[in-house]
Amino acid sequence: MNEIKTLSKSHIWSWLEEVIDPEIPVLNVVEMGIVRDVQLEDGEVIVKITPTYSGCPAMNAIEMEIQKKLREKGVENFKVLTDFKESWTTDWMTDHAKSKLKEYGIAPPTETDSNDDFLTNLKGSQKIIPCPYCDSMDTKLQSEFGSTACKALYYCDGCNQPFEHFKCI
Amino acid sequence: MSTFDTTPKTKQDAIVEVMLRLADDRLIHGHRLSEWTGHGPELEEDLALANVALDMIGHAASLYRYAAELEDNEDEDYYAYFRDDIDFKNIAMVELPRGDFAFTIARQFLFSAFSYFLYSELVKTVADEQFNGMLRKHLKEIKYHLRHSREWVLRLGDGTDESHKRIQDAFDEIWMYTGELFNKDDADDIAIKHKLYVDVTSLKPEWKKIVDETLEEATIEIPDDDQFMYSGSRKGRHTEHLGPLLAQMQFVRRSYPEADWK
Repeated sequence: MNEIKTLSKSHIWSWLEEVIDPEIPVLNVVEMGIVRDVQLEDGEVIVKITPTYSGCPAMNAIEMEIQKKLREKGVENFKVLTDFKESWTTDWMTDHAKSKLKEYGIAPPTETDSNDDFLTNLKGSQKIIPCPYCDSMDTKLQSEFGSTACKALYYCDGCNQPFEHFKCI
Repeated sequence: MSTFDTTPKTKQDAIVEVMLRLADDRLIHGHRLSEWTGHGPELEEDLALANVALDMIGHAASLYRYAAELEDNEDEDYYAYFRDDIDFKNIAMVELPRGDFAFTIARQFLFSAFSYFLYSELVKTVADEQFNGMLRKHLKEIKYHLRHSREWVLRLGDGTDESHKRIQDAFDEIWMYTGELFNKDDADDIAIKHKLYVDVTSLKPEWKKIVDETLEEATIEIPDDDQFMYSGSRKGRHTEHLGPLLAQMQFVRRSYPEADWK
């Protein structure tokens, strides 16, 4: 219990930065914007997380990883809650996180469309996503859905490589 | 007089009814889509249909969880696994057998277009922060489902003679189940009064516009609205297809009701 007395929110935030997203192993759950809030109430740690995608199978794993990390750091009294108040958007991802994604070979998300543009864009052409390997703009969408819910599949005609794009949501 | 009364009486009944209706549509549709896993026409589509199925089941799960909290139910799984067909509130369109790929795409397109307009209005209406947050999240994903299925409607309709015939047949077959999307009943009225739901009849013109435009572009003949339309599913009057679906979906959970993942 000694640890709890000296425990601060910034400790917890830094520990959470050690929790890696199981499907995108170059980003941690704080950079991803999954951890929304950390509270300390009467010695109890409350971590609020929000899902990236509704059906994301990694969410359970992420919750367990957070619990494991807190236990590992000696925190016994904690709760991990799922909060839907704000819905997760790729706009929360920092530029640093986006550049790490690109280095890893995933084309990072660009800015999200507003709702009004959606119906017009539905009939128009797709956004151009530059290739993460060779930066060519000569790329095309292969499938709206990739290996995980958060990614779409593209092909680069510049370097003849398939690549994944983190969808803007 | 009906044998059982499903009309919500209080505001809480109304919010639970709305959430279960939305969730049941998504769970059953998600289950039908999941039947494609390993059977998609190509790898990318196998992944796409599995992803959409996951989204749908995820939407349902978040709604069930919240409904369970409101009703002080310990287990949200109760809604999915321990209710019988008469208690399910989904529309008939989503329980129909998956059919061929064209039928699956036609259904996905019609349902996603409806969901897009419904959710776009719901997020402006629902005051409850958690519920509204869920709706905003689901809406983002619905956009992908609509874009994906619309692209396929165009490709199949304007594709080969075989793909054209199949997608035309699919729309002809499913059309009698589209009327239910815009049916409004006493539960709707109560939910609308509490600002928990919107008048679905008002969504039809926008839905019709995007559907007609897409079908025309895909060279598909638009089926006639002036035909027999199926109704009554929201009150538990389902087609013969829901029972076998539930039997398959529920039997493991019901065989081991005390089983625990932990």
